[in-house]
Amino acid sequence: MTNRSSPKFLALAVVFAAAGLTACGQKAAPPAPAPVAAPAPAKPAPLKAAFVYVGPVGDAGYTYAHDAGRKEAVAKLGDKVATTFVENIKEGPDAERVIRELATAGNKVIFATSFGFGDSMAKVAKDFPDVYFEHATGFRTSDNMRVYEPRIHEGAYLAGIVAGRMTKTNVLGFVGSFPIPEVLRNINAFTLGAQSVNPKIKTKVVWVGSWFDPPKETEAAKTLINGKADVLLQNTDSTAVLQEAERQHKYAFGWDSDMSSFAPKAHLGSCMLLWGVYYEKALNDVLGKTWKTGATKWGYREGMTDFVKIPDFVPADVKKKVEDAKAGLKAGTLDIFKGPITDSTGKVQLAKGLAADDKWLGGVTFYVKGVEGKVPASK
Amino acid sequence: MSLLSPVIAVVLTAVVGAALFAALGKDPLSALQVFFLEPFHGTRALTELALKSTPLILIALGLALCYRSNVWNIGAEGQFLMGAIGGGGLALWVTTEAIPMSPWAFFPLVIVAGALAGAAWAGVVALLRDRFNANEILTSLMLVYVANYFLSWLVFGPWKDPDGFNFPQTVSFASQTELPRVIRGMRLHWGSAVALLAAGGMWLFLFRTFAGIQLQVGGPAPAAARYAGFSSHAAIWTTLLTSGALAGVAGAFEVAGPMGQLTPHVSTGYGFTAIIVAFVGRLHPLGCILGSGVLSMFLIGGELAQSRIGLPSALSGVFQGVLLLSLLACDTLIHYRPRWSGTR
Repeated sequence: MTNRSSPKFLALAVVFAAAGLTACGQKAAPPAPAPVAAPAPAKPAPLKAAFVYVGPVGDAGYTYAHDAGRKEAVAKLGDKVATTFVENIKEGPDAERVIRELATAGNKVIFATSFGFGDSMAKVAKDFPDVYFEHATGFRTSDNMRVYEPRIHEGAYLAGIVAGRMTKTNVLGFVGSFPIPEVLRNINAFTLGAQSVNPKIKTKVVWVGSWFDPPKETEAAKTLINGKADVLLQNTDSTAVLQEAERQHKYAFGWDSDMSSFAPKAHLGSCMLLWGVYYEKALNDVLGKTWKTGATKWGYREGMTDFVKIPDFVPADVKKKVEDAKAGLKAGTLDIFKGPITDSTGKVQLAKGLAADDKWLGGVTFYVKGVEGKVPASK
Repeated sequence: MSLLSPVIAVVLTAVVGAALFAALGKDPLSALQVFFLEPFHGTRALTELALKSTPLILIALGLALCYRSNVWNIGAEGQFLMGAIGGGGLALWVTTEAIPMSPWAFFPLVIVAGALAGAAWAGVVALLRDRFNANEILTSLMLVYVANYFLSWLVFGPWKDPDGFNFPQTVSFASQTELPRVIRGMRLHWGSAVALLAAGGMWLFLFRTFAGIQLQVGGPAPAAARYAGFSSHAAIWTTLLTSGALAGVAGAFEVAGPMGQLTPHVSTGYGFTAIIVAFVGRLHPLGCILGSGVLSMFLIGGELAQSRIGLPSALSGVFQGVLLLSLLACDTLIHYRPRWSGTR
């Protein structure tokens, strides 16, 4: 192979570079796919339901938890339902095409599992009045579109209790995705939980601007550890933060799913999202023709969140405190956000004696006292 | 034989694909049908395919011009994002000021805004290459990240929707900024016609004008071009500004078309995918159209393969890779004969 002109050679290099860059743009590829359950049709045709996932089902976090929920609901409902899923869908124009295609293909219920799918779903919902649309963590509802979300800040609070006792530096770290109320609630609940056992707690936050970006999450964890944080929590979907803590002999938590196997020494517990209970209910609503629009917010009490796998080296009195808090959540006697709540600038956000309602929770745009820094671009 | 090579590559890809499907335990024929035929099945599918292809065509045309002229613009993604910011900014302004205008009046304006913003971004690359002889591969690529952060800053900061729950996105743009649709109820907009016109224009420029010939001589034979008195400065500026403008228009169409607002995720890697499109399309305007169609088909087919037969999403990425590899292999093996030789 002689006489290769240099532009041609460059061209090859460029094409390969482009292929590499496109591949990077697509983030991590999911490992072995779970085969979609397609039960054999029984006498009445099964209810067709579809799930749109923002990440790969193999992310071991958020999307993995959704898919576990889907499988759980299918296991309970058996051949009354037939489900499919589409993974790795970008928020934006691609989502609308995918949701529309699923509606056209005869699915009667469609679940979209990320906040950024809301606009796309609302557009499609208008055109398919006899299909039911379910949007996780969103706020847009209509006659045939409703929203659901777990009170995951309960898990963050329970993690905070453990973190507050296990820290040696009294500095906690939090890797945030986007500064929306849901995430700010988690940062605040984590801090309040820690302060409930250790008033000296300070929390540092680093934002990565993504739900799933392992390299960036790792960088953020490094930054926090350099800033003296020794117990980390993340509101992102991968195991990267936990694994970085393991490498640096610090502590961290699992988020969305049980991540204990990824960091046996660093793992202090996992904040679980258990979507299955809701998926079962939603499918049953459609099967029993009792589907009504609205917003569902479920927590530990309803079985949609949990905090599990606290390791043996955590002192028994800490575990006891977590169990007490869980009992309080179950009985409805523990309010995580209860006045007085002061924000990081010293302003009282919730007056003494008041407990937060859903409206207050939906409008959290501040850090509580003890969280360092400023919420990005908050006015 | 050279012309046949893309065809052979596609056939090879299909064969490899069939083997993959079989290995994953799916019926290869029905899987191939979902991948290669379903994206063309019905009006809606065709319009979606055309919609997905539109930005790829526009960007690939500009890149084909660059690469034919030996200017290695890798940063079309950044120029696309700046075009999206230009077009999106204009749409945002029309929305917030509630300026009454027809979508048809807005259409040319958004093209100009996107083209100017994209060309300006590519102009930085041209300036650095022309004045300081900085390698355009590096500068154009690095400016992608700058553009990305600039977009993030805008949607996290000054352009953020005040009622958007602090989520990084602008308000949804007003209806007068929506690109006119080709068919009612479908998302395909008239920007796709602009992309086809641009392809025609590029063909005329490349093969029917003296300036086009000049550029292409300068590519493979810079010394000959200099001897003939063709300016290499002019070549750098013309190619980069043109490709920047085309990528910018693609970005403006994407925000004023299917998105209707600015978010940090405007692009799904169009600028990089278009590099593959340009080479799959032999750096020929017609080829760019066909190449965009093929890559869009893989992408949409990949989604359908997930929802219809439960194949993993990574498969469309694998397909792209296989296609590219077969194409390069076909090219090489058609032009060169491998000879197995030991020591002589």
